[in-house]
Amino acid sequence: MQLESFQYDNKTVRNFAVATIIWGVVGMLVGLIIALQLVFPTVLNFQPYLNFGRIRPLHTNAVIFAFVGNGIFMGVYYSLQRLLKTRMFNDVLSKIHFWGWQLIIVAAAITLPLGITSGKEYAELEWPIDIAITIIWVVFGFNMFATIIKRRERHLYVAVWFYIATFVTVAVLHLVNSFSLPISLFKSYSWYAGVQDALVQWWYGHNAVAFFLTTPYLGLMYYFLPKAANRPVFSYKLSIIHFWALIFLYIWAGPHHLLYTALPNWAQSIGIVFSFMLIFPSWGGMINGLLTLRGAWDKVREDVILKFMVVAVTAYGMATFEGPMLSLKSINAIAHFTDWIIAHVHVGGLGWNGMLTFGILYWLIPRIYKTELYSKKLANVHFWLATLGILFYAIPMYWAGWQQASMWKQFTESGQLKYQFLETVTYMKPFYAMRALGGVLYLSGAIVAMVNIFKTIGKGTLVANEDAEAPALEKTYTKHTGEHWHRWIERKPTPLLVLSLVVVLVGGLVEIIPTFLVKSNIPTIASVTPYTPLELQGRDIYVREGCYTCHSQMIRPFRSETERYGEYSKAGEFVYDHPFQWGSKRTGPDLAREGAGNLKKSNTWHYNHLEEPSAISTGSVMPSYAFLIEHNLDTATTPLKINAMRTLGVPYEADFAPRANAALMKQANEIAASLKKDGIDVPANKEIVALIAYLQRLGTDINKK
Amino acid sequence: MFSFIKKYTETMQGISFYPIFSLLVFVGFFVGVLWYVKIMDKKEVDTLKNLPLE
Repeated sequence: MQLESFQYDNKTVRNFAVATIIWGVVGMLVGLIIALQLVFPTVLNFQPYLNFGRIRPLHTNAVIFAFVGNGIFMGVYYSLQRLLKTRMFNDVLSKIHFWGWQLIIVAAAITLPLGITSGKEYAELEWPIDIAITIIWVVFGFNMFATIIKRRERHLYVAVWFYIATFVTVAVLHLVNSFSLPISLFKSYSWYAGVQDALVQWWYGHNAVAFFLTTPYLGLMYYFLPKAANRPVFSYKLSIIHFWALIFLYIWAGPHHLLYTALPNWAQSIGIVFSFMLIFPSWGGMINGLLTLRGAWDKVREDVILKFMVVAVTAYGMATFEGPMLSLKSINAIAHFTDWIIAHVHVGGLGWNGMLTFGILYWLIPRIYKTELYSKKLANVHFWLATLGILFYAIPMYWAGWQQASMWKQFTESGQLKYQFLETVTYMKPFYAMRALGGVLYLSGAIVAMVNIFKTIGKGTLVANEDAEAPALEKTYTKHTGEHWHRWIERKPTPLLVLSLVVVLVGGLVEIIPTFLVKSNIPTIASVTPYTPLELQGRDIYVREGCYTCHSQMIRPFRSETERYGEYSKAGEFVYDHPFQWGSKRTGPDLAREGAGNLKKSNTWHYNHLEEPSAISTGSVMPSYAFLIEHNLDTATTPLKINAMRTLGVPYEADFAPRANAALMKQANEIAASLKKDGIDVPANKEIVALIAYLQRLGTDINKK
Repeated sequence: MFSFIKKYTETMQGISFYPIFSLLVFVGFFVGVLWYVKIMDKKEVDTLKNLPLE
């Protein structure tokens, strides 16, 4: 068979590798800053652009899409070419992909601190950036798929199926969750509302974990671990089974983020069952990874790259055992909204994604630069810093999570709640400090890696185009006797893509369609009415400031919650919430009945508390929002917002938009007057008045006649 | 939005056929995968396993 000469593109791999390291350090640094903001809230919350609510999403977006994202592309561009024995389809597309992705990251870094956010976790970027993401993702997919079609190796190794499934599913997730109605270049409203928005959001959010943080990295593991260990994967058969099981089951798991909430029970139950089943395909991946090293564990002792990979796969196993456990209602009742969830996320993120990224970097940079790693010793130092970092992060957070849950739920002998919410916050501070130390260790390790990698780059020369040879693909394929069906699909990438798409769509359709169509899933509450114009503006401020990153709006049907916050949250209360703001974490108390429940406070209290939380609540970690007292409310947007809401189905009167500002000023004046009575002189047109109006509205609908 | 589908799904009789059918498809698919993996030829498996190492 005639040998063809061609060249692998290493330049794009190098570009993605450098981006991975740099954004990794940036993203982890932001993570460290927000961790320290919880320990030193009055000192480190730089107003208004760099306070916790604004930059927490910067951290999550940076580590997921900038660090892991570039890591995925680095690994895919390296491995895909070599597994298929062909160069990437088109160098221009590779360039567009690389630079486009970096521009998206820069856009995120600029817009998020400015408060330009959709208010939906891990999907905060507003609609122009969403469109850019779609375009660049299609460029990536086209480049990848065209490469697969022009391959010289007929059989698609398992890593390639994971890349295909990743591409397809992320495309679907991003498109569906991003449906929104723009009202300006920088603002849009989620197409969905309330319970339905929550379901779509967590169908997306969990599958961002599944198909951005897991499947591409499993693909990378299936290539780089055998390469680093120089032995084939333990069981190819297992990889076939766990691939299909993983991509099918993962999609259904979304509702485990919504247990004991107002999501219909049937959807919660499906989420639990499928999340639990997910242990098996996930551990299939872990077993395959670890057992690849059976009989070769002495290699791990000598080779720091293998050490990183072993910790990564082990952390993957831990996180994918913990996840299903957290999806059981009894455990979820304890863990939801606490720091236990943060611990879980970081075992996966720091352990699985982080360690595998570094292992791959240390393996591939020397190879494409035709040199040795600058310092094996430094790499070992990094390994220990990273491992200790993970421990110092996770252990305090586990402890903190248990403490929070326990303190929130405790009653005294006489049947009163034992602890004020604020007491649980002050109790957390030492744990937040320890967690920050964990972050310092992990970030230090990342910086050591950055130095090591850049020094390696300095002493080598990039082989931008690596020579290779392989026989051209035969035009016709002679089937071996007894070839089974899966071998057929491994030869045919298009059916593989289509079948993966079908498999992945099933879970989403089954969960999402009934939630939208079956009326009884969201029982109508007659007394629930749309937000007033002032409250709507206030809500947009709440979303802009990222209040949902610390405050939940979902009272669960537990006695400890109804005693503390008021009547538990009903699905019908959220029908006009574009987007929903149920939150995922209670660093601060739940606000679902802030306007009506046991915790209702005066306008004056809210003013003083927003101005300086720690002056009113001693030991509070909330940043100051005094700048809202200075900022004028942009009332020019009110008619636009009312009309947008009408388009989304919120029943404002047809002619309300032009009259809306009059109603807004009337309500604002009333609040300003009540503040004046307590000696607070604030003009009615300031943003703080709108936010107070919104907070005082929360949870009041069910009490109306 | 989906008013056309809505009209039928809200009122049709025997709608529970669909989830049961889905369950059968799911079980059938994975029984199929397990069966075919069982009868795979060992030589083919070894070739595929070694693709990254070539």
